[in-house]
Amino acid sequence: MPDFIAQWLNQNEIFTAMTIMEYWNGLVNTVQLVFLSLVIGLVFAIPLAILRTSKNPLVSGPVWLYTYLFRGTPLLIQLYIIYYGIAQIPGIQDTFWWEIFREPFYPALLAFALNTCAYTTEIIRGAIVSTPAGEIEAAKAYGMNWWLRMRRIVLPSAARRAVQAYSNEVIFMLHSSAIASVVTIVDLTGAARNIYSRFYAPFDAFIFVALIYMVLTFILVFAFRKLENHLLRHQRPVGS
Amino acid sequence: MLDLKGYGPELLDGAVVTIELAFLSLLLSLTLGLIGASSKLSGNRLAKAIATFYTTVVRGIPDLVMMLLFYYGGQVTVNMLSDWIWEAYEIDFFFQFDPFISGVVTIGLIFGAYMTETFRGAFLAVETGQIEAARAYGFTRWHTFRRIMFPQMLRHALPGIGNNWQVLLKTTALVSIIGLTDMVRVAEEAAKAERMPFHFFIPVAAVYLILTAGSELFIKWLNKRANVGVVQGS
Repeated sequence: MPDFIAQWLNQNEIFTAMTIMEYWNGLVNTVQLVFLSLVIGLVFAIPLAILRTSKNPLVSGPVWLYTYLFRGTPLLIQLYIIYYGIAQIPGIQDTFWWEIFREPFYPALLAFALNTCAYTTEIIRGAIVSTPAGEIEAAKAYGMNWWLRMRRIVLPSAARRAVQAYSNEVIFMLHSSAIASVVTIVDLTGAARNIYSRFYAPFDAFIFVALIYMVLTFILVFAFRKLENHLLRHQRPVGS
Repeated sequence: MLDLKGYGPELLDGAVVTIELAFLSLLLSLTLGLIGASSKLSGNRLAKAIATFYTTVVRGIPDLVMMLLFYYGGQVTVNMLSDWIWEAYEIDFFFQFDPFISGVVTIGLIFGAYMTETFRGAFLAVETGQIEAARAYGFTRWHTFRRIMFPQMLRHALPGIGNNWQVLLKTTALVSIIGLTDMVRVAEEAAKAERMPFHFFIPVAAVYLILTAGSELFIKWLNKRANVGVVQGS
């Protein structure tokens, strides 16, 4: 190890084992929160996107309203409404739901999942709508029913078209999750804020956490590039 | 009618702060975007490297972390600077690092990176024949930029600028976290004091919705105007 790094490690009072552990716990919280909300969001987004493409306005209308409301307002306000609002629902403090929602983690998870689900629904809807008409015609000509057509033709080809926009949404969610620290969750940003206020060292606390977020972002970008290459391998020019 | 328990005027002031913040950051981000895109497309390797570094770093860091860094870090820098100036020249140079300024700088910097990519794509979408024709007419580089590239680039950049603006508008809510009394901050304080979260947050959410919906219509109109005379392939 170069001398100056060893010297710096010995001299600094901030990056001790304890603060590193605090950052680690924050990382675990951030990853949990982001991963769970993305999974929940994606699971609900697929059926919602299909409903959103329905020709019946009574079916597609409510989904449109939901995505419009959640995409048109800041996530921070959605988080505040859910976090402060749940405690105000009459009678909730006597039910078992209160045991779950008194922890800040779950209101935050609910807000994040609802938000990312709205964006993901629109991404998938866009991909479904742009399915080439010929593919659907061919499926019909083969006598596939609606369900089989969706499962074998429309959704797989929509997934290929949606993956790039979805990778942006995932990175966006990672970055948006920083606001969880506002409702007392000690995620990565929360850990950095604690360490800042203890040492009054803004540069050390926040630049370190910014680097962690950057590494996470690059890992995601890399993983999605691999996935995209895999999904779109039939489009690669011959011989490459 | 909606009873805001006397917080009405404060909420209105907060809304004005939000809008001011959004417009100033937009201005800064557009400027940075133009500079960034020009550097990325320039032959200068150093300028290219700086612009690439800027867009990569900014897009890898959460907006809130950057805002906290600038806000708290900005104050520490000002303190250090004022100490140094006091010791060296005995001039009192101290000012409180304003959350409004840190908000504008952070949001402007972040969206400057997104605008850089938007403008870069838009510049590349202008046909090279246009530039060649301008050079053939003896236009200087600056003239080519101002008369040929810039007006034609705008048409391609508009949809991207519109998207960035919609995201920017919602990002302004974050400044309430560093203590700026914008709409969200007022609503939060009122909601806590009155124990009525829905009562105060839902009107604020509605204001954001009106702003984003209004911008959508305006951008659509601008797009239509910018594309007058363009035959779209169907």
